[in-house]
Amino acid sequence: MKTIYLDNNATTRVAPEVVDAMMPFFCELYGNASSMHSFGGQVKRHVERAREQVAACLGADPSEIVFTSCGTESDNAALRGTCEALTGRRHHLITTRVEHLAVLSVCRHLGGHGFRVTELPVDNQGLLDLQLLEDSLSDDTAIVSIMWANNETGVLFPIEAIGEICRRKGVVFHTDAVQVAGKIPVDLSKVPVDLLSISGHKLHAPKGVGVLYVRKGTRLSPFMIGGHQEGNKRAGTENVPYIVGLGRAAELAQRYMADEATRVRDLRDRLEDGILKSCPDATLNGSRVHRIPNTSNISFHYVEGEAILLLLDQFGICASSGSACTSGSLEPSHVMRAMGVPFTAAHGSIRFSLSRYTTGDEIDAVLEHLPPIIGRLRELSPFVTSKA
Amino acid sequence: MWEYTDKVLDHFHNPRNVGLIPNPDGVGEVGSMACGDALKLTFKLGPDGRIADVKFQTFGCASAIASSSALTEMIKGMTLDEAAKVTNNDIAAFLGGLPEQKMHCSVMGREALEAAIENHRSGGKVKHLLDGKVVCTCFGVTETEIERVIRENRLHTVEEVTNYCKAGGGCGGCKGQIAEILARVAGAPPKPEEPAPPPPPRLTNIRKIQLIQETLDREVRPMLRQDGGDIELIDVDGNRVLVSLRGHCAMCRAAEFTLDGVVGPKLREFVSPDLVVVEEKV
Repeated sequence: MKTIYLDNNATTRVAPEVVDAMMPFFCELYGNASSMHSFGGQVKRHVERAREQVAACLGADPSEIVFTSCGTESDNAALRGTCEALTGRRHHLITTRVEHLAVLSVCRHLGGHGFRVTELPVDNQGLLDLQLLEDSLSDDTAIVSIMWANNETGVLFPIEAIGEICRRKGVVFHTDAVQVAGKIPVDLSKVPVDLLSISGHKLHAPKGVGVLYVRKGTRLSPFMIGGHQEGNKRAGTENVPYIVGLGRAAELAQRYMADEATRVRDLRDRLEDGILKSCPDATLNGSRVHRIPNTSNISFHYVEGEAILLLLDQFGICASSGSACTSGSLEPSHVMRAMGVPFTAAHGSIRFSLSRYTTGDEIDAVLEHLPPIIGRLRELSPFVTSKA
Repeated sequence: MWEYTDKVLDHFHNPRNVGLIPNPDGVGEVGSMACGDALKLTFKLGPDGRIADVKFQTFGCASAIASSSALTEMIKGMTLDEAAKVTNNDIAAFLGGLPEQKMHCSVMGREALEAAIENHRSGGKVKHLLDGKVVCTCFGVTETEIERVIRENRLHTVEEVTNYCKAGGGCGGCKGQIAEILARVAGAPPKPEEPAPPPPPRLTNIRKIQLIQETLDREVRPMLRQDGGDIELIDVDGNRVLVSLRGHCAMCRAAEFTLDGVVGPKLREFVSPDLVVVEEKV
């Protein structure tokens, strides 16, 4: 059975071009970039080349790119590093209720260690009220951390406007850009962001490599210590093959950006419109307008997400759900709850996330198999009959 | 991805007895949309007083659907007295087991069955039984229900209680209360309606000490070592077992719970029901 992979916000297929770029750095050019001998030293050049590729993709200077092990590490390093650098002087953090746990859990952890945390709410479209952000900022605010796009709904936040507000108030601004890198253009020469996180495996590089962008002049205590690597900002021997792979993936992402904005977006819209038309009591979660082009989050009322996923799985279709049962917790996703999605819908929310490898045939297959699955589960559900 | 048995997947993909029986003899409805799963069970009795037909409707994940389907197969043909004895463990066992975090699905099945029987016996008056003080307000779980799952499934931790009846799985504000209920119930004697265990054979003192030592080695020590502690058997005097806690356990404020909630019950289970554990303070 062919896999129909529509879970690209969870992870992506590694691009074959990326694998090709990585291969020489396992058995041939395996030296340590920090070594004094030329065998190791030559590797350094390739790491720096990757840094330039990533910087070009972000509109940044190569010196502002720090390689990490993943997006979660980048988020941890940004938040903890900033708070440590400002220890004793500023005691307030601002984030949102819909952040990825890599940010939200760190903020709440710091909240138990002498920091005050403001979690900004969102409306039922998943959008922020920037006036609330302005009102929450004070001289005591150490950092504002607001994601660029939400991983569950794909909803975009106005990062440029948020960055300007923070800059006016002299507060460090971090954004988790894991879901936008490679999907929409990011130009940090124009957008006032101080710290930005990226994860390699969300843009067709392998798992185990990420980036923290640190704008020149930003005060940040290193999160990992014990070595001089990455300009003393992140200790640890460089993960050379993965860094080279990420560099190549960043280069490819720029090339495919137009494809994301047109072909992938059209496929997503066709999938979404088709589902909303063919399945009764299905609603879109999050703003239809302010969204990344690859994501669609739809709630099927009165049925449960895990059951939908397992039945889709029979046809090789991979998606994800914000239902309680899929997470191993007992409550539906915090993003759905923050948006005030009713329980009748939150437990049956399904996220489809496409990529450059998604085809029209795959979308057709989902449109063929999904409506009967929803119909079948509704027949089982006590809420449908009691409603009728 | 959950590890489901073939039987769970079979009952999920091909659920038996789906639907509603018109003019049923009993209706049981438990759970809610907010809780993430809900089950409506209806049954019809035959002239012989046995369950002639039973149907279900379930909103929930694969294991909730499979548990409901399994339950209908199990109770068809039973008298109500027989059906009333079905436990959540029976449902889980019928399915070849459920993931630990999904055990609450089997509990939901048992609750719906109980509610349906209650409904029948009250002549259709009782719709839903909510017995006792509500402990977990997120999922509406009562003290009585928590005590029951602890007893019937021999639970020892708050996490297990959450897995079995959801209590404590929302805001978590009731976890302290659940721990108190655990401490109270874990060492309590089994419920009177359960068949009394056969009287244990009389032990010689040597054999008793041997058994205690073996039980400590096998059942208790590995658990304590995980937390950096240990236990030593000092003496056995009649039914008094004198032990000493070592390592982290010696300084732990939960030591009393370790003795009353873990060591005591294990020794009573595997050696002799009249044993009392006493800690020797160094």
